[in-house]
Amino acid sequence: MKQILPAIFALFLAQPGAADGMRMAVTTSFDNSGLSDVLLPVIREDTGIDVQLLVVGTGQALRLGEAGDVDAVLVHSRAAEEAFVAAGHGTHRREIMYNDFVLIGPADDPASIADAQTAAEALLRIAAAQAAFVSRGDDSGTHKAELNIWTDAGLDTETFGAWYRPVGAGMGAALNTASAMQAYVVSDRASWLNFGNTDGLAMLFSGDPALFNQYAYLPVNPAKNAAIKHQEATALEAWLTSPRAADLINGYTINGETLFVFNASPE
Amino acid sequence: MACRFCFWVFLSRFRLVFFVKKLNLCLSGSKGKCGTFMFELIEGLKAAFRLVITFDPELWEISLRSLRVTLTALLIASLIAMPLGTYLAVQRFRYRRFVIAIINALMGLPPVVVGLIVYILLSRSGPFGVFNLLFTPTAMIIAQVVIITPLIASIAHQAMRELWAEYHDLLISLNTTKTQRIRTLIWDGRRNLLTAALAGFGRAIGEVGAIMIVGGNIDNVTRVLTTAIALETGKGDFALALGLGFVLIGIAVVVNIAIHALSRTEREGRW
Repeated sequence: MKQILPAIFALFLAQPGAADGMRMAVTTSFDNSGLSDVLLPVIREDTGIDVQLLVVGTGQALRLGEAGDVDAVLVHSRAAEEAFVAAGHGTHRREIMYNDFVLIGPADDPASIADAQTAAEALLRIAAAQAAFVSRGDDSGTHKAELNIWTDAGLDTETFGAWYRPVGAGMGAALNTASAMQAYVVSDRASWLNFGNTDGLAMLFSGDPALFNQYAYLPVNPAKNAAIKHQEATALEAWLTSPRAADLINGYTINGETLFVFNASPE
Repeated sequence: MACRFCFWVFLSRFRLVFFVKKLNLCLSGSKGKCGTFMFELIEGLKAAFRLVITFDPELWEISLRSLRVTLTALLIASLIAMPLGTYLAVQRFRYRRFVIAIINALMGLPPVVVGLIVYILLSRSGPFGVFNLLFTPTAMIIAQVVIITPLIASIAHQAMRELWAEYHDLLISLNTTKTQRIRTLIWDGRRNLLTAALAGFGRAIGEVGAIMIVGGNIDNVTRVLTTAIALETGKGDFALALGLGFVLIGIAVVVNIAIHALSRTEREGRW
């Protein structure tokens, strides 16, 4: 028996294969929406590139790009992206597609935001009612978008009381928290539609241009280190902006609702 | 007395009927009537059952990867920690207490911190970036080795100290060398060391914070059971997350039983 034990260990020993394929850091919404499951197999088929996704918030995605640990990033926070390119971490910024943010809240809508005219007005009503509000609080694209609306509403989140709850977590975790607390929360439409634990929550407000959510692709500057696969990143950009990508992105629906709209401009 | 017992039986039977009724409601999938907790739990069990009996290829793959990573880490950590723990029991030297205190303190190392440090070291912009190890199973093994080595060393040291107190006079009078003493203690204390290893296994297989950072939870490359559970929880799919959790518990139980069976512990006439 004693001779068997090492054999069993040997069977399970990791075979540390060298990393092949390119790595792309993407926001949680890209993966949670299920779109990545549609796109990645087709990308592999068309270009032969095995894209490995690192699903993180926009802040962390850009940080991974800055360290040169990924070959490209796909995120949604324009100001942070432009700063990333300006600092020389990325070669350029290419817009790929958009969707929008929506306001989620308890179905009975205690702050009655459903008939608000603008997103800022809706948030003002939540603040006035001091209804529980869950914020991502993790420097992600969605968090930055939420902070922008608060600024539009003329309010400073630093001054809020205990009803404003930054959870410092990803979109799914924030939605779970909002569901448990019956709180309001800002989500991207795709994550919301694909979310399973919607107990008592409903989508209450959407459609304001201020809630526009643009996704952009940024190849990481290959000068950072020799391991960065810039060729693959360029090939992936060409694919992501191709008509084939447009068909797949526009055609992706959940319960009959379109999640993303392709808007890459041809070069 | 008898009457009180009758009452208890009566009550428990009533409870049982109530429970079975509730269970039926849950199994028939009506969420409102059976309570969220029971509902999620049963959905989780159902998901686990479904995944296991259909030999879901993805589940198979991530379970094997979990085992591979953790068992490799366990092997490496044991090779470092067991001699170290024994050495600390046998040898007196100036900073011995200090080293023991540090090892004991490191048992409580937060995995996220370990993950972050390993990430910074392995990042392409870090000192070991040229090896290109970040976001590979190797990086996850490194992080787990760092996490469980102090745990195994500490438990090993504790056990070996007691054994050494017993063996001290004998081994000294036989005029054994230091290496011989350590080897004797390790061999004779192998059952205790097994406990130490199983504790290390338990901590490593259920760990998520560090391997999420250094592995990145990449599908087909570094996704393991714990990171998959975190992912499904994030998607709000509690049933699948719980199902994967039950699979994880099942694997831990099977591994523990297998190791006990192979090393013939807990049997009659042995200890």
